[in-house]
Amino acid sequence: MPHRKIQKRSVADLKVGEKAVIESFSDQWMSLKLLEMGCLPGTEVCLHCKAPLGDPICLNVSGYCLSMRKSEAATILIEQ
Amino acid sequence: MGNPNSGKSSLFNQLTGLRQKVGNFPGVTVDKKSGTAFLNETTEISVIDLPGVYSIYPKSVDEQVVTDILANPQHPDYPDVAVVVVDASNLNRNLLLFSQIQDLGVPVIMALNMLDIARQQQLEINAVRLSMQLGVPVVKINARIGEGLELLKVAIEQQIGQPTVSETLFFDPGQQTALAGHDMKGLISDVRQQYQLTNNYLALQYLIQHDGFSFLGQPQRVKLDGLIEKYQFDDVDFQAKETIGRYKRIGEVVKTVVTDKRPLDQSTWSQRIDQILLHPVWGYAIFATVLLLIFQAIFAWAQPFVDGIDAGVAWLNGTLHDQLPDSPLTDLLTDGIIAGVGGVVVFIPQIAFLFLLVSLLEESGYMSRVMVLMDRIMRQFGLNGRSVVPLISGVACAVPAIMATRSIGSWRERLITILVTPLMSCSARLPIYTILIALVVPEKTVLGFLNLQGIVMMGLYLLGLVAALVAAYAFKLIIKAKERSLFVMELPTYKWPRWNHVGITVWDSVTSFVWQAGRVIVAISIVLWVLASYGPGDALEQAENRARSQYANLPTEEVENRVASGKLEASYAGRFGKILEPVIKPLGYDWKIGIALISSFAAREVFVGTIATIYSIGSADEGNDSTIREKLAAEINPETGEPMYTPAVAFSLLVFYVFAMMCMSTIATVYRETKGWKWPMIQLAYMSVLAYGSAFLVYQLMK
Repeated sequence: MPHRKIQKRSVADLKVGEKAVIESFSDQWMSLKLLEMGCLPGTEVCLHCKAPLGDPICLNVSGYCLSMRKSEAATILIEQ
Repeated sequence: MGNPNSGKSSLFNQLTGLRQKVGNFPGVTVDKKSGTAFLNETTEISVIDLPGVYSIYPKSVDEQVVTDILANPQHPDYPDVAVVVVDASNLNRNLLLFSQIQDLGVPVIMALNMLDIARQQQLEINAVRLSMQLGVPVVKINARIGEGLELLKVAIEQQIGQPTVSETLFFDPGQQTALAGHDMKGLISDVRQQYQLTNNYLALQYLIQHDGFSFLGQPQRVKLDGLIEKYQFDDVDFQAKETIGRYKRIGEVVKTVVTDKRPLDQSTWSQRIDQILLHPVWGYAIFATVLLLIFQAIFAWAQPFVDGIDAGVAWLNGTLHDQLPDSPLTDLLTDGIIAGVGGVVVFIPQIAFLFLLVSLLEESGYMSRVMVLMDRIMRQFGLNGRSVVPLISGVACAVPAIMATRSIGSWRERLITILVTPLMSCSARLPIYTILIALVVPEKTVLGFLNLQGIVMMGLYLLGLVAALVAAYAFKLIIKAKERSLFVMELPTYKWPRWNHVGITVWDSVTSFVWQAGRVIVAISIVLWVLASYGPGDALEQAENRARSQYANLPTEEVENRVASGKLEASYAGRFGKILEPVIKPLGYDWKIGIALISSFAAREVFVGTIATIYSIGSADEGNDSTIREKLAAEINPETGEPMYTPAVAFSLLVFYVFAMMCMSTIATVYRETKGWKWPMIQLAYMSVLAYGSAFLVYQLMK
């Protein structure tokens, strides 16, 4: 399992303006909050902007803007 | 109740107007607010506004309130009808919370809000179909302008008279055996039987959240743990499945009621603004400008109002002195009460400006951008981006600021924020800063538009901020993390401030400042006047005679001043001050300042009032129509013959007050929020040491 984590791309790897579809989560505890906020597997997200120091980041999810730390974004794995 | 930023507070203000029972402390909505509204001519109802949440599972202490009430029908605030405000422009996510509240078995009404914003985004919502799909009344409202309130009231009336509750649950945990991989039906019915619950979803909440439910006793919790063990129930896993399951059904519902015509990646104007406000360079530059503007406003723009009030109080005092018969009662009124209260009233303009600007920042949505902007930096100091709100509202008052830390999920980050927030200069320090700066810093303009006094003022605020960050860093090294830190946060769209909200906030904060501070100050002023006007035995007369014989060759006016000063020194208050003098001498203070220090221990703002009272009594100026500032400027140091308030003394005092934790209300609040005396005492100790040490350094270096 740990190897897959490294290979998989996550939302933290996105460039500004890039879109991706959520596939799964690598951290169950964190996924609870993210799911509630509408980050569901199969949902399309778009990296909308980054804070000045590149962290936290802002995502567009189902029509609104969600900000999170880079480390948190790294738990959202995306489809290749 | 509803999601954050869905318009709950707007609706609450529309329903209740000024009939709100606001908490003692203004600022951010951290606790529930209540008020009353008229349903029709004869029925008055009580309305409760709960903090915004995204789901029934709380992630921080402020969110806990909602679950505590809804999961416990015995709770005094358990609603007859729950009005859930739903943001139509973000229906899916808002329906998650709605469906959970509905499943708990409370009679609900959906108040569908922000339809205008949805329409702008080319979303059309069929409210009738939504109502039929969910089996609940849906009322379209526009909380900002108060549209649809009458229909909402009719719906509330109907739900109270004849509650309709949906027969089937939106998500029934008892039916999810396949999903959970174990016997959910048996588990849920065991819980229901044991606690006489009629609702499957409530039973699930007992299972998942029993540790947070204050109404459950220890044995009950252990029993629930036993059931969890028996059925091998994995709560985190099930919760994730619940959320996915709900969203799946919500998606089906939304598909039938919403026509979505918007292109997938249209950029809204909110996002375009973000490009500038979160820009690597401009973002910080704009934030710094905003802060600078706030201080300019407090100091420069409020000044005409301050001067007006100051002159008015001095005039009133002088007139009363002239008109009323000479008696101890007159002295008590003028030297004691009016001098003391005047010292507080004078600062109303500045406090009003401060709250005005802070609430504008919150209203517009800029505050959450500031959190994003600052999170990375704050993390270095063991804080969280969310700590920005307590720190900024700490500039107004530490008490609501400390309560605002409840939105920080991690205990360690929250505790550190609580410990350092009182270092932010609150509005009670403003009177002290203002008067001392005006005394020793010349009123000059630099760089064409900046007021020098304003800059010194900003320097003091920055000093507090830097100290807060350094202290946070020190605590970060000491305090160990208990749980993980979380910074997943919605960025609301920018909105025009609702002026009535801003107005209510400013009004609440000013009145509560006047009442809270005013009461203490009147009481202390009276006590102080008595202590400063009377002494043990005939000590005062002796002092008077001594002064008269000693300075017999001076002009009459001078003699009277010496007599008044000698009498004050011999009074009870003077004796207290004298005892304290050796301790504060290294800081440059005399016994008169000592009296003010002691009395301001309850609340800092008392300092100015006390100084005013002491100097009024301690001088023979019969007219008494000089302002506090003039009184301070006229005060002579008996040892040097120079003015008492040299820059060294004034700055030493300023630094002392930047750091000192002189506020009973803050100590009490920290005690309440940390549930014990340990942290407030640690806080008091470190801040006192810091205050004394820095004031000592400043005086010794500047002397």
